[in-house]
This record gives sequence, C-alpha cells and structure tokens, in this order.
Amino acid sequence: MYKYDEYDQQMVDTRVAEFRDQVRRRLSGELTEDQFRPLRLQNGLYLQLHAYMLRVAVPYGTLNSAQMKVLGDIADKYDRGYGHFTTRQNIQYNWIKLEDTPDILADLAKVEMHAIQTSGNCIRNISSDQYAGAAADELVDPRPYAELLRQWSSFHPEFLTLPRKFKIAVIASETDRAAMRLHDIGIKMVKNDAGEIGCQFYVGGGMGRTPMIGPMIKEFVPLDQLITYSEACLRVYNRYGRRDNKYKARIKILVHELGKDEYARQVEEEFAHLLSQGIEPPLAELERIKPYFDDPAFETDASDDLDLSDPDFRLWVERNCHAHKQAGYTIATVSLKPIGGIPGDASADQIRLMAQLAKDYSFDELRVTHAQNIVFPHVKKADLYTLWQKLDEAGLGTANLDSVGDIIACPGLDYCSLANARSIPVAQKISERFGSAEKQAEIGELKLKISGCINACGHHHAGHIGILGVDKKGVENYQLLLGGSEGADTSLGKITGPGFDEDGIVDAVEKATGVYLANRQEGERFLDTYRRIGMDPFKEAIYG
Amino acid sequence: MVEVQFRFRDDEAVNDPAVTVDAFTDQSNATAVRIEPGDDARALLPYLDQLALVEVNFPAWTDGRGYSSARVLREAGYTGEIRAVGDIVIDMLGHLKRCGFDAFAPEHPLNPTDAQNAFDRWDNVYQATADGRQPIWAKRHPAGV
Ligand code: HEM
Ligand code: SF4
Repeated sequence: MYKYDEYDQQMVDTRVAEFRDQVRRRLSGELTEDQFRPLRLQNGLYLQLHAYMLRVAVPYGTLNSAQMKVLGDIADKYDRGYGHFTTRQNIQYNWIKLEDTPDILADLAKVEMHAIQTSGNCIRNISSDQYAGAAADELVDPRPYAELLRQWSSFHPEFLTLPRKFKIAVIASETDRAAMRLHDIGIKMVKNDAGEIGCQFYVGGGMGRTPMIGPMIKEFVPLDQLITYSEACLRVYNRYGRRDNKYKARIKILVHELGKDEYARQVEEEFAHLLSQGIEPPLAELERIKPYFDDPAFETDASDDLDLSDPDFRLWVERNCHAHKQAGYTIATVSLKPIGGIPGDASADQIRLMAQLAKDYSFDELRVTHAQNIVFPHVKKADLYTLWQKLDEAGLGTANLDSVGDIIACPGLDYCSLANARSIPVAQKISERFGSAEKQAEIGELKLKISGCINACGHHHAGHIGILGVDKKGVENYQLLLGGSEGADTSLGKITGPGFDEDGIVDAVEKATGVYLANRQEGERFLDTYRRIGMDPFKEAIYG
Repeated sequence: MVEVQFRFRDDEAVNDPAVTVDAFTDQSNATAVRIEPGDDARALLPYLDQLALVEVNFPAWTDGRGYSSARVLREAGYTGEIRAVGDIVIDMLGHLKRCGFDAFAPEHPLNPTDAQNAFDRWDNVYQATADGRQPIWAKRHPAGV
C-alpha cells in the first residue's frame, strides 16, 4: 500500500502544528466557537450531543496493521475503549476532549494518518472499492488514482470553502461496491476502444434530503487529464453552486437545476481553459504511486482446498468470503454486526486483534467497507480456518455479510444533535429479531439501512429496506422504505406509507420479509422480488 | 476605507476607490474595481490592461467564491494587485495567497505574529496554482520525467 515520502509526511506534520495552534487560540478565547467551528470541521472534529467526535480518515479504506493498532490504542487512550467505523470507510471516536485532539493527530501522523478534511465544506476523504487490488472482477486497482486525487484535494487552496461538502469515490469494476453514483463525483475506471485506461465521470449524486443518482457527464477522461478535469468540475461548482440555502447547496442541486448537459458544457469550457495552465501532474507521478499497490508476494501454488466440516465455519465462508483474483486465496470480511450489537463499533482489543491477524494472515493489510465492516483482503485459504477461529473467539466471527443482520445505521439520537430518532436501538432490535443463522440464511441477501433523520448518514435511500427516523409531534417515529440499492443497479427506495413506533417498525420489517418469502421465485433476492411484484403486496401485508 | 495590513508587492500602493463590476463594465475609465462573490470575474478580462487594483470582497470568509475569482484573473495574465477585503481570518491567508492575492485588508486587523505564521505555514504544496510555486509532484519529477 501507499507509503508517505518526506513531502507527504511534512504536509501531515504541518497540519498537526496548524491545528494545535488553532486549538490554542480557541482555548485562550482568541477564537469564539463560531469562528472555530469551520476550522475544527476541516479536521474532522464535530461537537455532538455529549462530547466532541473526531473522524479519522482512512484513504480509500485501506489500512496496514501498524495503523490499525494505533486506531485501537487511541480508542483506549483518548476515548472509552471503542471506535466506530463509518459508511465512508473512516473511523470515528465519540468521546473526545478538545484539549487532546492535537496529541491524537500527532499519534496518527506517526503512522501516516490524519483527520484532514474529514468534515467541513471541502473535498472529503476519497473512498473506493473495499476489494480493490484483490477482486477477481476489477479492470485495474482504483487506488493509485484515488491517491493522486487525495494529494490534489488535500489543502487545495481554491476549494476549502465550497458551498457544501464534497465526496468523491473511485471504482474499477462493473459491480459497484462503493455506491459510486451516490457521490458528488463518482469515477469509474474504464477501457476505451483503443484499449487505453481512463476515467468515466459521474457528477451530482448524493443522499441527504434530496437523494439523486449521479448522471454520467464525461465518458472518457485520459489519465493525464484526470486532475485537470476534476479541477474544472470543482471550479464550476465553487463559482455557481447555490449558497443561499444550505439544503440546496450540494452539487447535485446545481447539476439538476442546470441540467446535466449544461453543467457538462460549462465544465468542458473550464477544462479547455485549464488544460493550458499546467496543473496536471506528469504521468510519471502515477507511475511512482502505482508500485505501492502492487500485489503482495502471493504463493503461486496455494491450494484451493478448504475443509468445511465445521458447520459454523462453513456458514461463515459462504456468507463472508468473496472470490479472490489469485488462486488459493480469498477475501474475508469481518462483520462488525454481532447480534444485538451496535453496527460498526469495535472495541480497542478487537481493533488490535484484527491488526495482529492482518499481519499474520493478510499481508499486513485491512480495509474498511462502506457497510461498516472490516476486510482481510488477501487470506490464503489454508489459513482461513485458523483466522476464523481467532476472530470467532473475540466475537468477530458473525456470519451475516449482506444479510438482514448486516445493518448500516447512523449514530442517531444517541449521539447526534440533528437526529429525530434513535437508530442504534432499532438496529439492535432488528438484529435480534432476525438473529438466528437459519432465518438469515433463509432470507439471503437483504441490505437494511437506518438513518435517524433526513440527512441520510445511514444510507436509508439505498437500502433494499430503508428506515428513516422522523419526528412526529415530539415522538420518535420511523418510516419504512423499500427497493433502494447502491450497487451497479443503483435505485432509490420508496416510502411505504405512514410511520411506526420502535416496535412497530421491527414488526413491519418482518412482514415485508414475509411477503418476499411467500412470493419469491427461484434465485430471487428480496430486491428482485420487490422489483418484480411492486409495492402493493407489501403495503397490503404491512397496513392491511 | 479599511487599511491594507499585508502587501506583497513592490509597486506603489493603489488608493483609487474601487467601483462595482457593473459600473466598471458599463463605461468607466476607473482603474480599480471590486468583485463581490456573485460577480463573474471573467467580465473583467477585456479590461485587464486598464486595471491596477482588483478588490475581492469576502462578506463571510466561509463563502469561497473569491478564491476562484482571483485565480481566473491570474490565469488570464492579470499582474496588478488583487486585494482580499472583508471578513478575512488568519487561517485563510496562506490559501488566498496561493490563489493569487497579494494584498490583504481585513475588516478586523489580525494578530501580526499569527498572520506571519499562517503565511509561512506550508513549506510545500500539492497543487499548481496562481502563485507559481513548484508543487510537490514537480519536485518529485524534475523536468517532468
Ligand atoms: C453525528 C454527527 C453527524 C452529523 C451532525 C452529520 C450531519 C450530516 C448532514 C447534515 C448530512 C446531509 C448533508 C447534505 O445532504 O448536504 C449528512 C450526510 C451524510 N453523512 Fe452525516 N452526520 C453525522 C455523522 C455521520 C456518520 C457517523 C456517518 C457515517 C457512518 C455519516 C455519513 C454520512 C453520509 C454517508 C451522508 C450522505 C452523504 C450524501 O448526501 O452524499 N455521518 N450528515
Ligand atoms: S442521519 Fe441524521 S441522525 Fe443520523 S447521524 Fe446523520 S444527521 Fe445524525
């Protein structure tokens, strides 16, 4: 994976010094909270209901074991012994003291990590496919391009006070595992007719209160124009994105109001101008970055045999492992969704254990997924049983990937000041209701996502089943959505009808799965059945 | 008029009152103009030779349109003064300078030590912008190789 050179390290160290200085000015009263707010946000520091929350960037979701270990140590030293992995492949700590943050950033900098631009109205951490470099179905590894974009977007002086936050994802396979079209810019690596690799640009996707699927605005941008084209997209947005109403400030609104063709035309004009400005790094820079993402030293004669006589192990392999490009290896996902647990949470000890196991069994590498799980990208099949046993002993062996227990949930009213309703207890109740392995196996793939308010941090629009917390005359209430998806077949869920209380929503989910089980045809997932039979049968069962 | 607190130019200070973009493009022979966040800096491109001072106003520092305005002017070859006025805070200074600002007239004067630290903060930069500094990628690949 990527390693900092002296320049990268210096940039991160400088940021720590800058932030230390900003905190000093805040603590001495030189800065008011109002003045400090936009500054701390550019460093991932939020003020939540009870304490500060710090969001640490995990660029394109890739970590080495030393980094993972430090994430565990920070949870112990500065938080309450937990970390929370997020839907943008980052990690958050919910109980942070302002005075400690400069020291936390200094600890992070020692292992080439930071919290730069993890919030605020700037270009955020670049996300990517969690199986990058390991998946059998990818065209190229998308991460070198994400790294190039990471450097370009870090402290970009023109784009630090955009109308609103800006999220970019890069993928390189047909199966979209990063919700690429729900980003402000989604980039798909593609090959053109001449056999050259380039970037396909989708602009103006997003969730929040006005969910939109990003339209394609440029079919092919050559690799040596990637930064210039991105800069043109951002400049048009910075100049013309709406600033009169923060709910209409995301680029999706600009693209929607202008129309994608007009937006694309304006970008094209700016792009033509910028091409003469010499802002593109030479291809040699990409060539410098690429080898960091070379394959690890796979054994070429590793065996594909697996002893599946242990039924629990077998279940885990079937649910949580994914095809690797290298024979004899597999991609194993650790579910951070134990029955009744808090989605995405891991204890300091669990984090350190995963760090050690990655070192022993996955060439020192881990990934964070947007579904709030952890991936061991390169596990030799011969080691898989041992790995699973060690995970299972630590409560990390849950076999429920992409099934109804693998819930995405935002922090909700337990932590978040914007929330209408709690998300975590609903996730816990659903996870318990559908807890048994038999039930989950029977239902199969079902992506369930919960947000505590319309901001959609829990991706409820993109859930096969989505749950949205609303406020109904001061009482927490939950709406049910069906039919969303964030894969290559991205779609937005539709609300079934009137909302429910906490127990009512769990019952409604059960009724919806009942309709599916009664109607499904051979090989259909929940989503497929819904798409075939439509909303009505579900409505009837739920409200009838 | 608010005083210029920092200036990185050797030529004589321009003290002409700045007119609005509309007034300027209508007819004026003014040599100083003031850009508001909603103005299109490109409207000035036909007149760059005539201009000695462009003020770019930041009514709120969190509105970043002025950064693009400055770069658009520099990219078009404008070499006169670009002055940041309005709600200018310490933490913007380095970034403004990178986008082509070379004079700063904050509404509320800034602590000079903190400001100097902010201007000097970044020994290296990742992007090529209007200030002509060599970005990190250029240092990694001298002569573009
Ligand atoms: C607890 C503090 C949090 C606050 C105050 C907060 C606030 C917000 C707001 C206001 C939006 C809507 C932005 C817009 O549409 O313009 C949003 C969207 C979002 N947030 Fe959060 N959030 C918080 C925590 C989280 C967490 C923990 C995650 C990850 C697990 C997260 C992930 C997201 C995502 C993925 C979106 C949707 C992005 C999009 O619209 O494209 N947020 N958040
Ligand atoms: S969806 Fe709403 S409640 Fe949940 S974290 Fe985001 S802002 Fe808070």
